Amino acid sequence: MPPGGKGRECSESCLDFLTLQLVQHYRSQLQGPSQQAALDAVGERVGRQLAERYSRDRPPLTEALEVMKWLCKEFWGEVFRKGVDNLRTNHRGTFVLRDTQFRWLARLSQNQMPAQMGQPLPAPIPKNELAADYLILPCAIVRGALSQLGLECNVTADATSLPQVDFTVVLASA
Amino acid sequence: METISAEIFTLTYGSMVRQLIADYEDVEEVNKQLDKMGFSIGQRLIDEFLAKSKTQRCSDFREAAEKVAKVGFRMFLNTTAAVTNWNAEGTECSLILEDNPLTDFVELPEALSQLKYSNLLCGVIRGALEMVNMDVECTFVRDVLQGDDVYEMRLKLLSSSPETYPFKDDD
Repeated sequence: MPPGGKGRECSESCLDFLTLQLVQHYRSQLQGPSQQAALDAVGERVGRQLAERYSRDRPPLTEALEVMKWLCKEFWGEVFRKGVDNLRTNHRGTFVLRDTQFRWLARLSQNQMPAQMGQPLPAPIPKNELAADYLILPCAIVRGALSQLGLECNVTADATSLPQVDFTVVLASA
Repeated sequence: METISAEIFTLTYGSMVRQLIADYEDVEEVNKQLDKMGFSIGQRLIDEFLAKSKTQRCSDFREAAEKVAKVGFRMFLNTTAAVTNWNAEGTECSLILEDNPLTDFVELPEALSQLKYSNLLCGVIRGALEMVNMDVECTFVRDVLQGDDVYEMRLKLLSSSPETYPFKDDD
């Protein structure tokens, strides 16, 4: 393995541990930026840098739809390990990207709290609520990547049916 | 182990460090936070290490240090460290990294010359070893980003619990 640069690999768990810790760190911070603001900033930078690297050797993408297709196939494949399964658009600047096995949240477990003596089992936390903190970073990465390619947008994610995650990209009206 | 392109990991780490610098505006505090975050990671990471490396129990600190350097770094970061500079008692050594994936693409500006950029690694080692009953101290003493020719972490055994880690007198 040549030191540095392209082609270097590391274990997937390195990234898992790091992103988990990031979420945990900013969840427990009482001072400084909010968890949302901090993870947004971290993710957006990563998205921009990755998009720049991955798109370096290809002709520029001009149409929004082209950019979205590149994002779903190439970018998603690199960052989230497989392409997006389904891309839908209303042709008015809204795109829904469905990943049926979103890799970063694949191991998120809906663990129940143990039952207390004589108490009914507490209801499990809804998946969407559980996933919310862990989706800030991926959303920000996607937003950063798109903005690097000239598309300013807002990205939200819905994890109601984990491991499927739907990302909704709404382009800022030009 | 499933592997990914290290680029994503490296850039995410870099972005995180930048955020911490913005949050704390104090390099010493950033060093401390990186170590602390690494410590939590290490406490989790040891499980995966023990499960996947199928390693045997280490008989002493020397062996543990070798495992960290040769097996641990290989497994997670796909690089290896050399273990050198043992003290006479066998309680202190150096881990030398010639190749550190965390610092690909990184240069430190003048104002951040005191930043221990890779300090997370020290925390990880401390956290992981704590889970196998070895309290260690781990600090960077040489850093390529600060102008040295290699990365050197000084690893010092403070105490270890006898039940799971028997010292023999004749060792």
